[in-house]
Amino acid sequence: MSHFIDRRLNGRNKSAVNRQRFIKRYKTQLKRAVADAVNKRSITDIDSGEQVGIPSRDISEPVFHHGPGGTRDMVHPGNRDFLTGDQIQRPEGGGRGGSGQGKAGKGGLGEDEFIFDLSREEFMDLLFDDLELPNLVRNQLLGSTEFKTIRSGYRTDGAPSNIDVVRSLKGSIARRTALGGPHRARIRELEEEIAALLALGAQAEDPRILILREEIERQRTRIAALPFIDTFDLRYQGFVKQPEPTSKAVMVCIMDVSGSMDQARKNLAKRFFILLYLFLKRNYDRIEVVFIRHHTVAQEVDEQEFFYSRETGGTVVSSALDLTYDVLRQRYDPGVWNIYAAQASDGDNWDSDSATCRDLLTTKLLPLMRYFAYVEITPRQHQSLWYAYQEVAAAHRHFAMRQIDGADDIFPVFRDLFKRQVA
Amino acid sequence: MTSRIISDSSEWTFALLERFDRELGRLAHEVYGLDTYANQIEVIGSEQMIDAYSSVGLPINYHHWSFGKQFVSTEQTYRRGQMGLAYEIVINSNPCISYLMEENTLPMQALVIAHACYGHNSFFKGNYLFRAWTSADAIIDYLVFARKYIASCEERYGEAAVELLLDSCHALMNHGVDRYQRPAPLSMTEEQRRQDERADYIQSQVNDLWRTIPTHGGDGTPPGDAPWPPEPQENLLYFIEKNAPLLEPWQREIVRIVRKISQYFYPQRQTQVMNEGWATFWHFTLINRLYDEGFVSDGFMLEFLQSHTGVIFQPPFDAPYYSGLNPYALGFAMMRDIRRICESPTAEDRDWFPDIAGGDWLKVLDFAMRNFKDESFIAQFLSPHLMREFHLFAVRDDDREDTIAVTAIHEEQGYRALRQALAEQYNLGSREPNIQVVNVDRRGDRSLTLRHFRHNRRPLAESADEVLRHVRRLWGFRVRMESVDEQGRVQLIAEL
Repeated sequence: MSHFIDRRLNGRNKSAVNRQRFIKRYKTQLKRAVADAVNKRSITDIDSGEQVGIPSRDISEPVFHHGPGGTRDMVHPGNRDFLTGDQIQRPEGGGRGGSGQGKAGKGGLGEDEFIFDLSREEFMDLLFDDLELPNLVRNQLLGSTEFKTIRSGYRTDGAPSNIDVVRSLKGSIARRTALGGPHRARIRELEEEIAALLALGAQAEDPRILILREEIERQRTRIAALPFIDTFDLRYQGFVKQPEPTSKAVMVCIMDVSGSMDQARKNLAKRFFILLYLFLKRNYDRIEVVFIRHHTVAQEVDEQEFFYSRETGGTVVSSALDLTYDVLRQRYDPGVWNIYAAQASDGDNWDSDSATCRDLLTTKLLPLMRYFAYVEITPRQHQSLWYAYQEVAAAHRHFAMRQIDGADDIFPVFRDLFKRQVA
Repeated sequence: MTSRIISDSSEWTFALLERFDRELGRLAHEVYGLDTYANQIEVIGSEQMIDAYSSVGLPINYHHWSFGKQFVSTEQTYRRGQMGLAYEIVINSNPCISYLMEENTLPMQALVIAHACYGHNSFFKGNYLFRAWTSADAIIDYLVFARKYIASCEERYGEAAVELLLDSCHALMNHGVDRYQRPAPLSMTEEQRRQDERADYIQSQVNDLWRTIPTHGGDGTPPGDAPWPPEPQENLLYFIEKNAPLLEPWQREIVRIVRKISQYFYPQRQTQVMNEGWATFWHFTLINRLYDEGFVSDGFMLEFLQSHTGVIFQPPFDAPYYSGLNPYALGFAMMRDIRRICESPTAEDRDWFPDIAGGDWLKVLDFAMRNFKDESFIAQFLSPHLMREFHLFAVRDDDREDTIAVTAIHEEQGYRALRQALAEQYNLGSREPNIQVVNVDRRGDRSLTLRHFRHNRRPLAESADEVLRHVRRLWGFRVRMESVDEQGRVQLIAEL
């Protein structure tokens, strides 16, 4: 009468498709929520999933239903002291009690949020959607080209692991058919002779027939002696290396850690770079990142030190630009590499140094680069560095500069700097 | 004598579940005479339960973002522990499919088997609405067909187009049911065979509808300009499926699928109190009987009673977590009350229910289950005793008055009014706005006119504008919404 079925091992993600569709449909709202969320995060947990909310109003599914107003009769349980004919004050606000069902209508002011979890992948997808490194060029190179191995037909030699069994056996059948052909033809002839003799009334033990049969046997042995498979049959899958246009890129991250950058600003700068770093790691497989920090002297450091160590001193911005130039010259040939740089600073600099920076950029660095982004983290008046850079920006299209006031600006500025540009 | 107790552990195994099912089935069929479909009991994990939830409780359904939204929010509230998952989901099909959750303890599983596999199951099989409106034999096949068909439309016409169409259909889903005809039973083969045929015919009929051969008379007014449709139509989706001028055949088929699924749920929306009350009554009765016969232990009963009381808890109107009458509580109390009236009627009961007081409770309950829906069930069987027990009172909220009036309470003069008010509260016809197609301007701009017949002066909620946009998308031409008040005055409230 009853059947029990254990369905626990059946697919669990029956709703995955529906969930994807939901996310796809509300991508715009979710993106906004993700951008808000990333501003609220601390430095260390940017790289994780997130709970996001979108206004319930946006995702409601409308149906015809009664609105507030008119006359409605309701029955409620739990009467203690009401008598027929009593008049009750309307309950304030959300309408508990008397008009219990009115909640949805009246609660329209406080915007309800529909909140749910995004996985890390989904979060990052939405976060970096539509962003890219500007002006990335696939360098077609002669010398140090990258290769991709692709299939190309069949060969007669190769490694045993590459033997193509089907193809080899086809060869084997063909060879056996070809080499056995004359013998089979001979057998047919002999059989016809036997048949002719028998038709003429010869006995089965007739010596002529016996000779013919012996001959047939000999031919059969010849056929059987053909090897089933021969090295001649073997076919190997062929591979060739095809030169690939590469998109090698390097990103130089330059951060000011001087004394004028207080802890809050350093945090803002670090957040900017963490975003940048996540973005690069996610969207580009082979990208190198160079971390340079500077006060009066610049230093190339590793990721850990760049994001987490504290050091402080005066400010000479050109020291970092000099070091960048050295690093690029030694390690990153602009003919091979797409070179990017992002610099964050509070704009403080030795006055005379700003002009040096400008010249360094214009003459040495910018010609090598695809894109140079400068963010200034200051709520105050701009200083000499900003004005010097403005001159650079006016002259070079691939130099961009933005200002960040507080944590709220980081992501918008980041998006702005790396948004996909329509060609 | 050795103990008959089936198990004292809270861990379940398939063998134990089968024992319970056998005993419960024996009681249900042989002792209480319940008539059920065969049971197909499926054990699933909590994630699968959330999956099942989000496709409106159907074991298989087409893809749509709104199910994803449902899934996401259910998953969310469940993970945060704000909500326990329902213990079971049961599907009105033959065999009747019930889901048991892996995480439940043995007493819970037994409760669910009694509740779903014998309670709900017999209700599905017996109640007149389900008999008239759903074909339990064919629903799974039909859903398979619907899912395949919509998937193939997505392939052919693009996900976006199908999604837009489904959005619009879902907006009108509650207004896509027939109230007065019996639909022909569906089956997948039948549907598929008829589908192409239907697609062609519908298209040709629609074209015919709009064929305008110039047959003007001398006076310039076209003859045969009678209002159309000749009678107002309340099934908006059906009207659109058959008459919208610009829909492609595949679009009509999808409208039809949504309409059919809505129709399938129509009885469930009208029998919430009865259905849950019936199932709760039977799990209570069956498990207690098991206890009386010595199959379950005291510990088992304690756990069972704890869940049971949780299910039928009714907070009073002024409790912070009050959200209306609990259909389980009301339904269960009414079923129990009917049994009480039969078994030990008071003078009041004899006065109010002369034909059932002192009768055979099994027969009376069976009759009630078969022939009523929530509205009529309450109007027929809600007793003064129960009104007192629930401390029911009726209030009237009139926006022309400053205060809310208490119109009836649980006292001699109030019983009838109270019962009437409560029955009305479960009347689907007054819970949902009454909207009908009244006119199509066939000779002019092909505009569609809908009329909202206002009940108690209650207006439509703001979302109506948005729904109207969906109607317009389906209809393809101008859509008007008129509102008719109780004096019969017609007022145009929206036009797009």
